[in-house]
Amino acid sequence: MTNNYGNMREEIIRISGVNPAKCMACGKCTGTCPAYDEMEYHPHQFVAMIKGGNIEPLIKSESVYKCLTCFACAERCPRGVEPAKLIDAVRLLATRPKGSNRLSPDQVPAMLDDETPQQLLVSAFRKYTK
Amino acid sequence: MILSYFPGCTLKNKAKDLDMYARKCAEALGITLEEIENWQCCGGVFTTAKDEVATKLSSVRALKDAQSKGRALVTVCSACHNVIKQTNAAMKDEEFADKVNRYMGEEPYDGGAEVIHYLEMLRDLVGFDKIAEKVVNPLKGKKIAAYYGCLLLRPNKVMAFDDPENPQIMEDFIKAIGATPVYYSYRNECCGGYISMESPTLAKSKSERVMESALANEAELMVTACPLCRYNLIKNGATIPVVYFTELLAEALGIKEVAND
Repeated sequence: MTNNYGNMREEIIRISGVNPAKCMACGKCTGTCPAYDEMEYHPHQFVAMIKGGNIEPLIKSESVYKCLTCFACAERCPRGVEPAKLIDAVRLLATRPKGSNRLSPDQVPAMLDDETPQQLLVSAFRKYTK
Repeated sequence: MILSYFPGCTLKNKAKDLDMYARKCAEALGITLEEIENWQCCGGVFTTAKDEVATKLSSVRALKDAQSKGRALVTVCSACHNVIKQTNAAMKDEEFADKVNRYMGEEPYDGGAEVIHYLEMLRDLVGFDKIAEKVVNPLKGKKIAAYYGCLLLRPNKVMAFDDPENPQIMEDFIKAIGATPVYYSYRNECCGGYISMESPTLAKSKSERVMESALANEAELMVTACPLCRYNLIKNGATIPVVYFTELLAEALGIKEVAND
């Protein structure tokens, strides 16, 4: 498969259930995002770029893995756009292809300490692997 | 009253106190929590995508089990609660439910079970006034900061736990056990969650901000329902104890010895 990013816009809209055209570009999602400092593309840019079909930079960006799934952007959006769901959909498109896992079980022992809760491991594997 | 209970992976391991005191306190308040047989881990984070089926099956099996017994499903861990409640809401979508039910054997599941968090159980089924009557060791004068984090509150249209920007349930709980709630602006902001694996520095800055906000309002103790929040806050330099709400309830009810700190 060669460049398929055009179809990905429809795919993201379909699996997220989000309509980015509802966005009125107020930027509140980005204003409230706790991961702002570490993101190359911020929540409002995810919305705008998906709306415009500019998907490739998002899929290749580290920003996909910085989202905390805290849902602050979705909760505080005055238009009910739910950027968190769009970011989650882009993440899935990034991690679903074979060999695209972000985290391998081999890396885990070095990350553990005596108090690491199981919740952290299962959450990380859910977000960084497929 | 018997209710179905989903403890979750962490409550069987690193957060055993959260589980043990939840059960003991429920018994003392007239509720038996009956653990679902053969439950499986919720996965920690809800996958929002409509084509994610496999990641939701464990939650649906637990929900279906509770419904088959005609009971509500009680959760204690914030993450389990978020994942299971959001999954339950997703099952109201017929197209999605049809995909999931292909894995559910002969009896389909329709999203009909009720999911309640332990704090909601205390508020709605027991009543904070009744709890206050049963307190034998009131935590008088103790200034306690309730830390909600994200998972109990958002997305509010599904979780419907409390006002997502100005919640009150944990403060009411703190008052019921005789202590003084501390209000601070970061009580419903993120601790960093699972990012502590990907980016420990980001988790540190988020957790520190929550702690600073509580300390600026003279908190002496922080209380949470989430093992990952507790881990992040302690790992990133908490200068006051961060404990599970069930531990405080157990102290107040005389089930657990009052900690000297």
